[in-house]
Amino acid sequence: MGVKVYGPTMSTCTARVLLCLEEMGAEYELVPVNLSIGEHKQPAHLARNPFGQVPAFEDGALMLHESRAIARYVLRKYKISGADLLKEGSLEESAMVDVWLEVEAHQFDPAIAPIFFQIFILPMIGGVPDQTVIDTNLEKLCKVLDIYEARLCKTKYLAGDFFSLADLSHVPLLHYFMGTPHASVVYSRPHVKAWWEAVSSRPACKKVTSVMPGSA
Amino acid sequence: MVVQIHGMTPAVCPQRVMHCLIEKGVEFEIIHVDLEKGEHKTPEYMAKQPFGQVPYIVDGDFELYESRAIVRYYAAKYAGRGPNLLGRTLEEKARVDMWLDVEAINLNPLVFPIVFNLFVLPGQGITGNKAEAQAAAEKLDKVLEVYERQLSKTKYLAGDEFTLADLTHIPALRYVVENCGMGHLISNKKHVEAWWADITSRPAWKKVVGIVESRALKYSP
Repeated sequence: MGVKVYGPTMSTCTARVLLCLEEMGAEYELVPVNLSIGEHKQPAHLARNPFGQVPAFEDGALMLHESRAIARYVLRKYKISGADLLKEGSLEESAMVDVWLEVEAHQFDPAIAPIFFQIFILPMIGGVPDQTVIDTNLEKLCKVLDIYEARLCKTKYLAGDFFSLADLSHVPLLHYFMGTPHASVVYSRPHVKAWWEAVSSRPACKKVTSVMPGSA
Repeated sequence: MVVQIHGMTPAVCPQRVMHCLIEKGVEFEIIHVDLEKGEHKTPEYMAKQPFGQVPYIVDGDFELYESRAIVRYYAAKYAGRGPNLLGRTLEEKARVDMWLDVEAINLNPLVFPIVFNLFVLPGQGITGNKAEAQAAAEKLDKVLEVYERQLSKTKYLAGDEFTLADLTHIPALRYVVENCGMGHLISNKKHVEAWWADITSRPAWKKVVGIVESRALKYSP
């Protein structure tokens, strides 16, 4: 029996899991969850993700939620056939992957997610983007990207000179962001720009992002 | 070479790291970074930890930050010593990772406004935003209902052994319970209460509390 991912293709957290499966060349089934009708809050989905969020993941008797945890499971399980994106054979390399995954979750995501929400989600639910929220978070994002620029002057990818989950985890939100006029904050930072171009041109990234809407 | 923890011991994230190191019997020293004086925002500190946060670890030639990455590192480095904090099989490791992320993504953002408004700000003589704290407490109560269901099936969050997934919860939740008058969020849930009593009675955690209260700057196993 293959693995199943429950979530909509446009969901950034669902995409994070799909990216890992594609990088590993793994077979999977994507089961859609319709957020607009509240399917994620229905008992069937709550049995898979008790926080009523997407994605959920099923591998036989194992049910998981939290996209970065699912990502780690997928990358470990399929490591033999795919690339090594966790580097768990090296204590120090895997620590660097973990550090930059934490940075993605706690520094990058809180700055970029509100911008994504204002520009992409709010209009879908009948709201109007709040420019003050966008501007405030753009300022925070620029400070984070300055740190990324300094880091990427020293290493080719975030955790070191190797591509890892730490880089991959940025793709879903950055994909949407790069379709907005604010993409200039990435393009104006040469090492961040080069890093984004390298990451986003990977076949797995192109395949998954091709089914996500590219612009607002 | 002794592990150096750059930070302030009353802060949640350094406590998380101290707890893990003590569980593993790893010697460390604290290099005090005074958050109230803004020492974490100086150019010297930010040259090491560019986000201006604590803790920052120096372990010989190796340096790192982000407390959850730090505890993963030491749990793996000393996997053969002390309790198994990461899980053994693919499935066990996945459950540890999942509950680590539940704490980080679903619980921590609710704990912060409670502790900040009801403990940190009053400690500096500033009135916190009680409405914000109360709103967060109501959401936290709902999140902890999910914990109650899990803990009615397993003794700890990821299974029947204490792991990093339980460990990372302790420092911030302790402030919620002991210093913010929100103990009912835990005590009104039978299994969460039992879990909380169990994990906070661990000798390693009690040593962390002792270090914080005595303002000690080192630990030897």
